[in-house]
Amino acid sequence: MSQNTATDDLIKGLWRENPVLVQVLGLCPTLAVTNSVANAIAMGVATFFVLVASSFLVSLVRKWVPDEVRISTYILIIATFVTVADMALAALVPDIHKALGAFIALIVVNCIILGRQEAFAGKNPVGRSVLDAVGMGIGFTGILLVMGAVREVLGVGSFLGHPLFGPRYEPWVIMILPPGGFLTLGIVMLMRAWFQERKKIQAAGLPAKAERKAA
Amino acid sequence: MGKLALIFLSAAVINNFTLTLFLGLCAFMGVSNKLETALRMGAANTFVLTLTAVAVWALNRFVLPSAPYLQLISFIVVIASLVQIVEMVIKKVSPALFRALGIYLPLITTNCAILALAIFQTNRGYGLAEGVTFALGAGAGLTIALLLMASIRVSTETAEIPAISRGLGLILIISGSLSLAFMGFAGLLSTG
Repeated sequence: MSQNTATDDLIKGLWRENPVLVQVLGLCPTLAVTNSVANAIAMGVATFFVLVASSFLVSLVRKWVPDEVRISTYILIIATFVTVADMALAALVPDIHKALGAFIALIVVNCIILGRQEAFAGKNPVGRSVLDAVGMGIGFTGILLVMGAVREVLGVGSFLGHPLFGPRYEPWVIMILPPGGFLTLGIVMLMRAWFQERKKIQAAGLPAKAERKAA
Repeated sequence: MGKLALIFLSAAVINNFTLTLFLGLCAFMGVSNKLETALRMGAANTFVLTLTAVAVWALNRFVLPSAPYLQLISFIVVIASLVQIVEMVIKKVSPALFRALGIYLPLITTNCAILALAIFQTNRGYGLAEGVTFALGAGAGLTIALLLMASIRVSTETAEIPAISRGLGLILIISGSLSLAFMGFAGLLSTG
């Protein structure tokens, strides 16, 4: 049973309760920094770190934080870790830090992070909260990677800076510009809706088929 | 004077916060289903943006030079308390307006456009007048985007579209087209 809960805490963020696709949180970074794979990875890793660290700390102190000031406490904890991530990125990968610009600082107001603190880490023990944060973090980073890959491959014709199609490829520049972000995420959302719809039809169609066979 | 007009125009249409910088998307997706709420949300945001610009200018001038590492934390604390104060004042002064704004007022705290404004303003070294103009322009930009989106969504509600595109997929595609239209403003001024 406890094994099941732990696994469930971890994997629900990947698809079933994916923070971007299902909960529709954290759209700003999903659209803004996915114009290349490298940016998407840096953003994903930074958000992952902040999410896991904040969930850990919030869950640890949850019994001592009065209800009235819990949101402010969460925000302060998150802001502290974002400052750490900001400085770490500036020291380790200055180019990417420059490319991401204000969006690193904006991790503070990424609703995924505050949402997980309020919905999960503030009420659950440390182990489960960290698992939940890891799952959500991977789910978020996954979407960023998909978006980054689609946009970089179509918009520049390369993956992680390596050209894919040779010199005669005419890049689809609009994909790395703002409209491309909206369109790519829109198409990802449509595909997910189509997938769900088909699953529903199949689930409804299966018993009917079985009956026909029996007859 | 010319410089201020440039800042305003640039923030309102050329670098529109919502459609080209992807800021404040939660509010954009969430409350753009009716023209009236969209307008109110735009107004409330503009108001808080302007106050934030003043507060951030004061912080940058008097507090942060001695403690630069506190930048992010002090910004978020100031924005959160500002929204709280605005909420209390409006509740006291005009209960009718308070009811009209409803849940949208506290939600402004987590609207990334506000924090982004604070950071941009700091990075570009704007003074008081420039900061306030920038905030007004950004607010106007948000309001324009919200109003456009709301008017389009009102018409899509009665349109016949495939079932799977009801909801976010369609909104994102529409935003993409709007964003494409706003790209047209990019060449309007040579300095962004």
